[in-house]
Formats: sequence, C-alpha cells, structure tokens
Amino acid sequence: MLALWRSTIGKKAVMAVTGLAMLLFLIAHMLGNLKIFFGREEFDEYAHWLRTVGTPVLHNAWFLWISRALLVVCVVLHIVSAYQLSRRDLSARPKGYAHRLRPTASYATNTMRFGGIILALFIIYHLLDLTALVANPNGVEGAVYDNVVADFQHWYIALAYIVAMLALCLHIAHGFWSAARTLGAVSSATRARVYKAVAGTLALIISVGFLATPIGVMSGLVD
Amino acid sequence: MKVTLRIWRQSGPDESGKLVDYQMDDVNPDMSFLEMLDVLNERLILNGEAPVAFDHDCREGICGSCGMVINGMPHGPQTLTTTCQLHMRTFSDGDVIVVEPWRSAAFPIIKDLVVDRTAFDRIIQSGGYISVATGSAPEAHSQLVPKPDADLAFENAECIGCGACVAACPNGSSMLFVSAKVSHLNVLPQGQPERETRVLRMVEAMDLEGFGGCTNTGECTNACPKGIPQASIARLNREYLRASLSGRR
Amino acid sequence: MSEIITNGAGTAPIGYTVGEDLVDRAAPDGPIETRWTRRKFAAKLVNPANRRKHRIIVVGTGLAGASAGATLGEQGYKVIQFCYQDSPRRAHSIAAQGGINAAKNYRNDGDSVRRLFYDTIKGGDFRARESNVHRLAEVSVQIIDQCVAQGVPFAREYSGLLDTRSFGGVQVQRTFYARGQTGQQLLLGAYQALSRQIDAGNVEMHPRTEMLDLIVIDGRARGIIARDLVTGKVSTYMADAVVLATGGYGNVFYLSTNAKNSNASAIWRACKRGAYMANPCYTQIHPTCIPRSGDHQSKLTLMSESLRNDGRIWVPKKAGDTRPPDQIPEHERDYYLERIYPSFGNLVPRDIASRAAKNVCDEGRGVGPGGLGVYLDFADAIRRMGEDKVREKYGNLFEMYERITGENPYKVPMRIYPAIHYTMGGLWVDYDLQSTVPGLFVIGEANFSDHGANRLGASALMQGLADGYFVLPPVIGNYLAQAKLVPADVDSPEAREAYDRSTERLERLLAVNGDRTPDSFHRELGQLLWDYCGMARNEAGLRKALARIPELREEFWQRVKVPGTGAELNQSLEKANRISDFLEFAELLCLDALHRAESCGGHFREESQTPDGEALRDDENFAYAAAWEFTGVGSPPVLHREQLKFEEVHLAQRSYA
Ligand SMILES: Cc1cc2nc3c(=O)[nH]c(=O)nc-3n(C[C@H](O)[C@H](O)[C@H](O)COP(=O)(O)OP(=O)(O)OC[C@H]3O[C@@H](n4cnc5c(N)ncnc54)[C@H](O)[C@@H]3O)c2cc1C
Ligand code: HEM
Ligand code: FES
Repeated sequence: MLALWRSTIGKKAVMAVTGLAMLLFLIAHMLGNLKIFFGREEFDEYAHWLRTVGTPVLHNAWFLWISRALLVVCVVLHIVSAYQLSRRDLSARPKGYAHRLRPTASYATNTMRFGGIILALFIIYHLLDLTALVANPNGVEGAVYDNVVADFQHWYIALAYIVAMLALCLHIAHGFWSAARTLGAVSSATRARVYKAVAGTLALIISVGFLATPIGVMSGLVD
Repeated sequence: MKVTLRIWRQSGPDESGKLVDYQMDDVNPDMSFLEMLDVLNERLILNGEAPVAFDHDCREGICGSCGMVINGMPHGPQTLTTTCQLHMRTFSDGDVIVVEPWRSAAFPIIKDLVVDRTAFDRIIQSGGYISVATGSAPEAHSQLVPKPDADLAFENAECIGCGACVAACPNGSSMLFVSAKVSHLNVLPQGQPERETRVLRMVEAMDLEGFGGCTNTGECTNACPKGIPQASIARLNREYLRASLSGRR
Repeated sequence: MSEIITNGAGTAPIGYTVGEDLVDRAAPDGPIETRWTRRKFAAKLVNPANRRKHRIIVVGTGLAGASAGATLGEQGYKVIQFCYQDSPRRAHSIAAQGGINAAKNYRNDGDSVRRLFYDTIKGGDFRARESNVHRLAEVSVQIIDQCVAQGVPFAREYSGLLDTRSFGGVQVQRTFYARGQTGQQLLLGAYQALSRQIDAGNVEMHPRTEMLDLIVIDGRARGIIARDLVTGKVSTYMADAVVLATGGYGNVFYLSTNAKNSNASAIWRACKRGAYMANPCYTQIHPTCIPRSGDHQSKLTLMSESLRNDGRIWVPKKAGDTRPPDQIPEHERDYYLERIYPSFGNLVPRDIASRAAKNVCDEGRGVGPGGLGVYLDFADAIRRMGEDKVREKYGNLFEMYERITGENPYKVPMRIYPAIHYTMGGLWVDYDLQSTVPGLFVIGEANFSDHGANRLGASALMQGLADGYFVLPPVIGNYLAQAKLVPADVDSPEAREAYDRSTERLERLLAVNGDRTPDSFHRELGQLLWDYCGMARNEAGLRKALARIPELREEFWQRVKVPGTGAELNQSLEKANRISDFLEFAELLCLDALHRAESCGGHFREESQTPDGEALRDDENFAYAAAWEFTGVGSPPVLHREQLKFEEVHLAQRSYA
C-alpha cells in the first residue's frame, strides 16, 4: 500500500478516487441546494434534517460529522497528491521549449492545476461563509435560507460563486474522464469518446445546478 | 526553397546553450529533414565551425534514434512520421524552423540535439521482458494466441522507443512508453506468469528515473510516430492497480 | 607457393599472392544430419561454477549480438557488450521487414530441414559450406519456439495459430512474419532477453561505444580497444574471447539500405590483426528500392518485393524521353522484363531484375531525377482489381512511398531502382564460428558463413538468431574449456600497442585539417564502387576501381577535414574513422571481385554469362571460398582457398526457365 502511495500511478489513483467521492458529494449537495426554489421553510427544514439524518442509529449530527470528516480526508488527500505530483511534473521538464505551441489537449485539461487552486480557495471561503458564518453578511445560525439570499444580493459574492462554479465545471469535465482512465476504465478510443461525453454532461449539470441558486437570487426568483 | 533554421546549440552536457540561426538558401523539397541538416553540416565543417550533432541511424523511421522538436512538435508537423521521414516539402519557402532537443529531466542533453535516453533501457531492464532461457521454450504451437490479442500486442510492440512521448508531454511523462511494453507483454498468454511483477517493477523504475506523471492530456499519442494509443495508458493503470492490490511482488 | 598477380595498371602493383588452402577442421565428418549433434557432444563443457570467471566480449547488439549476449549471460558467463547506438535496441536488424524462415512445416506443404538446407545451398549458388547450412536449417525450428515464448507477436490466423507466407526463391510457405516489422519484433525480443541479463548483472552493456581494434596476445583474441562516443575516452577491455556481431559492410557503397552508421571497421580491423576476410565481393542488390532524388541523398529505402506481384515494370522506348508517364502512349513503352523474360515476366529473381533495370538506365531510358529509375506501374492492377483492393494489399507501402517521394502512386507510377542491401561476405569462420584468430568468433552478417554467393529472403534473420542463440554458446564453451588462458593484462605490450595505434589514427584524422568533408570522400568511393563493382562487374572496370581507390585513400589522408576534438561527442570523427576503413576495405572488395572471374549469385561478371544473360558459374576453378589474409595497406593480400565439397547436393546451374 505504501508502494502504491509512493508511485505516480498510485497517487493519481488516490486523486481519482477522492475526486470521484467529492463528485458524489457535489451531486447530493447540488440537488439539496435546488430546494431553495421551494421556499424558506422547506429549505431550512432540509438543512435541519441534514443534522438529524442517521438518528436514532447515530447520535444527533454524527452522520453530518462523519461525512464532513470523510470529505476533509478526501480534500486533503486530493490536494496533497495534486501538490506532490505537480511538483514532480514540473521538475520533469526543467527547461521548456522556445517555440511553444498551443497544446492540442483541451482548455479544461490544461487548467486543472490552476482551476484546482481556485477551487481550494473557494472551499475555504465557502466554509467561512456558510458553515462558520464568519464571512456571511447575514450570519444567523439556523437561518440557512436567509444567509444564502443575503450572499447573492451582493454582486461580488455572487461573482465569486459563479467563477468558482465555472472552474468546477472545467475541473469535472476533465477530471471525471481522467479519473476513469486513471482507474483503468477507458480501454479504447470509442470508450474514450463515451467517457468524455459523460464527463461533459456531468460537469454541465452540476455547474448549472449550482449556478441556479445565485442566479435565482439575483433575478429575484428567490428572495 | 529558402528556410531559416533556428537550432539549439549546446557544446556539452554542462554548458549553457542557445538558439542559433542558419540560413539555408538552396533547399530541395525532396530532401528529408536530416538530409537538409547533412547539407548544413557539410557547410559548417568547411567553414571550420562545429557541425550540429544529432542522433540518427536507420533513416527509415524504425530504429528510433532520430528525434528533435521541430517548431514545438516532436518529430515535426507531420503525424505518424519520424524526423528522418519528414521531408522538406512539408515546409514552405521562407519558413523559420525552430529545432530543439527533447526536453526532459530524465533525458539529459549530451550535445546540441543529442540526448541521453538510457532511462528507457533501464525501465526495460527492470521487467520489460518475458523470462525464458534460451532453449527452454516449448513448441511454438503449444500455446495459441487469439488473433485479436496478437494484434493488440503487436500494435503496442511497434513502439520504437524514440522518446517523442516524453518530449511532447507537458509533464515529461513516459507513461505511453511504459504502457506500450506492459500492454504488449501482459496481453499475451506467454506474459502471464510475470504479469504483476513486470508492471510493478517497471513503474517503480519509471518513477525512479524522474519522469513526470500522466495527466491524460493525450499529447503523447498525438506525437507518437507509431500511433501507440492512449488506451494503453489506461491499461497500464489497470494492470498496476490490479497488481498492487493482488499483494504479489 | 606464391605467385604475384599484378594488374599492371596504376602506379602500385595491385595483386595478391596465393597461400595454403584453408580447411575447416571444426566440422565433424559423417552423416550431415547428425553432425551438429555430434559436434555439441564432442564439445568440452565449462563447469557452471567456472563460467563467471570467463569474460566474453560481444561487439554488436543486432539479432546476432543481442541473442548471443543474452544466452551467454544466462549461462553464467561475464559478458561485456558494445554497440555504437545509444541503445542496444537500435541495431540495424530492427529495419528488416519481410520475415524469418524456419522449417516448421506447419503448412504440411512438404517443407523439411532437408528442403530448407537444399534451398539455401541452391539459393547461395553453391558457394556455401554444406555443414553450416544444414545446421542452420536444423536450429531454425528452435528459433521460432524461442521467439514465440519471448512474446514476439508474429502474425496469427483466426485459429490462434502462427501464419506463414512464401518468400522469393522457394516453393513452400515457411516465412514467419510480424507485419512489415519482423526484424524489429525479433530484435526487441532479443533486446529484452539481453536487458534481463543486464539487470541480473551478467551483462555489462556499453552503448555509444565503438570498437576500434582487436587485441591479440599469443595468437589469441584477448580484448578490444573501444571509444566512448560521448566522452571520447578510448579504453582497453580484456577478455577470454571476443565475439564480433557487427553486421554487414554494405555502406562501403555509401548509398545502401543499411543504417547510416553501419560500418566495416570492426571486421576490417580484426582482419588487419590476422582474421581472414572471406568473399567480400558477394554483395546483394535489391531491385525495388526508392530511387535517389538528388545529390543530397543519404540512404536508400527498401520497398517490399511483393510489389512486383501486381506492378508492371517499364521504361520509355526512346532514350531521353522526359515526358510525364501518363503522356507516353502504350506503344512507346517498353515492359522490358515481360519482353525479355516472357515466362517469369516481372517476377524474375532479384539479381536479374536489378541488372535489367541497370541496363535500360545505362541505355539512357531511365526515368526520374538523374535517369536512375524505372516505373513500377499499378494502373493495370487498379483497373483489374479496383483501387480499394490495391489499397488493401499494398496500402502501407504506398503510404511510405508517398511520404518519401511526395508522389501518389495510385495516380503516378512508382519509380524504383536497385540498391545494395546485404553483404554475404565477411570474416571467415570455421564450423565453430571461430575466425582464423583463435578466440575470435564472428556471428551474424559479419561472418561469411551460410549464404554463399546469394542470400535468400528471410534467411539473414534466421542466421543471426541461429548463431547467437543456439550455435555460438556451446562452441564458445568448448574453446574456453580448452584454451588454458593466462589472465590478460591491460598493460601488456600488445594491448598498449593496440591502444596507441587506435588513438594515433584518431589524432591523425584530426590533424589533417584539409579542405574536404569526410562525406565527400564516402560519396566518391561509393559512386566508384557502384559504377565498377556494383550490379555488373568486368575486368576493365574493376582494374579502374583498383587503380583509383589507393589514390582516393591518399587524397583522404591529405585533404579530409574533421572539426572538433577527440575528447567529446564528435560525429565527424566517427564518420571519418569509418570511412578510412572503407577506403582500405574497398580495395579488397574489388580485388576479390576481380580475382573471381566467374559469375555466381550476387557477383555478376559480364565475362561469365550464359547466352541469355544468366550468371555462369565456373565450378571447376572457383568452387571455393576465398579467404584473404591482410599483409598491409596497399600491399598484396594472400589468398587462402577453402575448397567447398558438395556431398549432399548436386552442383547445378541455377535456372529460371
Ligand atoms: C532494409 C533491410 C531489410 C531487411 N529485411 C530482411 C528480411 O526481411 N529478412 C531477413 O532475413 N533479413 C533481412 N535483412 C537482413 C538482416 O536484417 C540483417 O542481415 C541482419 O539483421 C544483421 O544482423 P546482425 O546482428 O548481424 O547485425 P546488425 O543488426 O547490423 O547489428 C550490428 C551491431 O553491431 C554494432 N556495431 C557495428 N560496428 C560496431 C563497432 N565498430 N563497434 C561497436 N559496435 C558496432 C551495432 O551497434 C549493432 O548493434 C534486411 C536488411 C535490411 C537493411
Ligand atoms: C480542493 C481543491 C482542489 C484542488 C487543488 C484540485 C486539484 C486537482 C489537480 C491538480 C488535479 C490533477 C489534474 C490533472 O489530472 O491534470 C485534480 C484532478 C481531479 N480533481 Fe481536483 N482539485 C480540487 C477540488 C476538486 C473537487 C472539489 C473535485 C470534485 C468534483 C475534484 C475532482 C477531481 C477529479 C475527479 C480529478 C481527476 C483525478 C484523475 O485524473 O484521476 N477536485 N484536481
Ligand atoms: S533514424 Fe531511425 S527512426 Fe529516424
């Protein structure tokens, strides 16, 4: 197992698995977010449910904490791997080419590192904003709906979220199909096209789903 | 036709290098790229200058000796073609052609366009073979190989070990090279007994050489003169993960 | 015992003396079928525990060298191996396309060891040694087993069984192949086996290292001098035996299908140390190569001979007709092979097709740049089978042609021209593959052994692997077990002398600082040989060449310009060094061609032909292998004849009627 973690392929597999786990989380998260369109009550109730789900088998909010812990582990492993691999990759080509061409690979592919950093920064901000509430204009515990709406009434906060979601879209578009390949699933050129299409669709659905909230608030659909 | 060559000149491994311009006034479009460099070198020798060092041997696109990055593309603009098979008719009159060596930490420059690719040999030495002592082989027909497997093995065995994949990859990764050999040997029935050790050892050797990791950009496949498919990398990953989890060593 | 034969032309007397006949004492007598078995049984063995104490130098990593290094390493010897490329995998064997013969008889079409033996002797125009050829046919079967077990991806049928095809000059389908890359796949198999031994510490590999000289102590080969091509450092390597597997010398012609850096240096310098050079005039010319496109041409590329199955060869009837092919009407075209050889047509054997092409070009009817080419036209085939069918059959060849020439062969007829392709001659070896210097073994294309005056298609790969995997290992053990060698010293006078000779020669090359590039000499030498010692040879021409070569050599040492120093990667120096050897070797090549006043196989003397232009052998006077002893540059060599006995096969005139 240690050998696996030490190898480039093993680390990449860790990134793929953690990435896919985060992706699952994001799908659930995004679907949950959409409840905002059904009004304050339902949304707050949903947020409350998140803290009670799993009871009575688990103690109050344990499920939430376990999920959070797993997510943190994923994020940390993902970032550590990304960092270590990126350092390795950069030092594998100490001197670049004088005649540089536009890469033939897609924009999404070539912005994984940059996009990842944006996402990391976003995650921190996002937690401060809506979990810890220290960066939220409303910042009332339990008043999840109001906190969200308060956010997107400020254009710069909305912009931050929109940019992050676009970055997420790109990250998933390459990430999903790349993960499939990393885990050994893409065994032919035809399959590659299928996986690419699935990745694109998934990226689009998730980012549109997330973007619906800030846009909904800004357009007055949600208030 | 006339072209301007802008060639990386570096007199030794530890020297600093630079791009130097050479004017070529009388280029025959039927010349191969290397023949054009031959003409340049003859001129440089007579002028008392150092000729441009570059690796080449078969000039038929099969030995894998030649290799230079031409206008940012390993082996130049023509797909599925090695430098030695690239012809000047691919270029236009008046072109400026930038010629650089493979750039990779694992392929240190020896001189001008010549790099040290022995890292590839060490990877093969670590496990890129089927162990069969001379004379101990069973009758060739004692083991049948389904044609699709034989064809798949062949497709991967076509790799000429030129290093264009490493030169093209933004991470300087050698995954395509390693995946071609692992695919070739691991799909054949003869390769089964060493299936796990082979891939584990080869990946370990590859990492030791200082190549980067794969981020599935596909630049390697695009540059490969033999068209080794990117799917081979997926197979390498699969073989490696499978072998790691199998607990064999 | 010796007679001086001089040619009278030129300033220096060019000739040779005749020494004692040479006899191969290593081959056992008796029934040919069991000779090899008996030889192996009679061979002394080296105890496995003692093998590590024996160092063996192997120069070359082609099919012959790589297979030998891998096998000797496996057996426990300490192998020190060299090649000039940056990796052993790049030896020129990699370029072989067509296939490899083996008497497996998987087709049940009447093949057998005996038939392969017979075909090879006959194909070689009765100038090879029967014992060797029979052994080659015997071990051919094992080669396929070995390679398949190594994972060589030979072509297979849907049943999962190995596919075979037929190849020129034989009537059975015994050629195993891996698409058009058989040499590559076989070499990678051997290279991988070698790599395994390198990893195990049994083989010490020195890539980018070129052999400069052979060290002979007390009459035995005990080491080599070699130059690290990266640092320029010249070093001495000692061993108990030396194996040369350095390939053919076709590049003496400058333009050939060989790799650019293929050379004769290793075998020539061994020859200068006492190993006899046999039959250098046996060179093979391949009829279907892509013609040169101009003076810049640096090498020639082979196109598979299979193209002649459907393509029709023609030239304009009128000399100097420069119209594009589609404007030359049918009745003004000369389909000369179909005209001269109505029964075989375009499918006449290699040498005949080559000579016919040369003849029409000499008449001024050649096509393309310089008039050195003939058309290979697929228009009829496309009309008959449709373009798709043609594409299916020859698509990759057509693509290759288009990549090189820029012409679309579906629209414009291909142009082809013969080129030097293979050299049957090489260092003389006995049945044990040992040269006249004890302890010096020569394998693969570098020796003269198995192909006589002409090699059959798909037999060189077979020979290289037979030598390396199966023949050399047992016989070299026999030598080591008996030789009673004392340790050889890097500081021995012989080693020092060889070192000094090598470094002095490099220094001399660097010191000339003249006004001509090394390549300019190589081109001139190549043209000279091609003109006078190429596809067709005659006395006057050969004498002309023999007069000119020493002059050219003289000029080379006066005017060559080699930039840079010896203490760095210096490709001009490498080149000049190789060319300096070609300039010496070429003389022997022409002399051998002059002395052999018969035609046989690849050696065609215009004076000796049948009325319909076939090669006419003279078995009475020339049924021998000519082994030449070196006596000094420019001084007459000594000819030693090894008389060839034909006990199994009857001497007969080759016929294509
Ligand atoms: C284009 C082409 C197609 C062919 N097709 C076929 C075919 O279909 N079937 C067939 O049977 N045969 C074919 N042949 C012939 C066959 O490929 C060769 O005869 C055979 O591969 C020679 O193998 P080898 O091991 O003797 O030498 P090579 O493969 O030539 O290897 C020579 C080795 O010696 C080393 N070397 C040379 N000089 C020195 C030196 N001075 N110091 C150190 N190292 C040195 C080189 O580095 C190299 O490793 C073909 C040949 C050509 C050129
Ligand atoms: C926390 C901040 C993040 C950083 C710094 C980051 C960084 C990276 C990097 C550098 C890569 C490798 C790029 C490549 O293959 O070219 C990567 C891959 C990936 N990321 Fe992220 N990422 C982050 C967040 C996320 C999130 C939130 C997800 C969830 C959707 C995710 C999913 C993936 C996936 C699936 C991959 C592909 C793994 C593979 O190629 O096998 N990442 N990430
Ligand atoms: S020189 Fe051999 S592949 Fe280009």
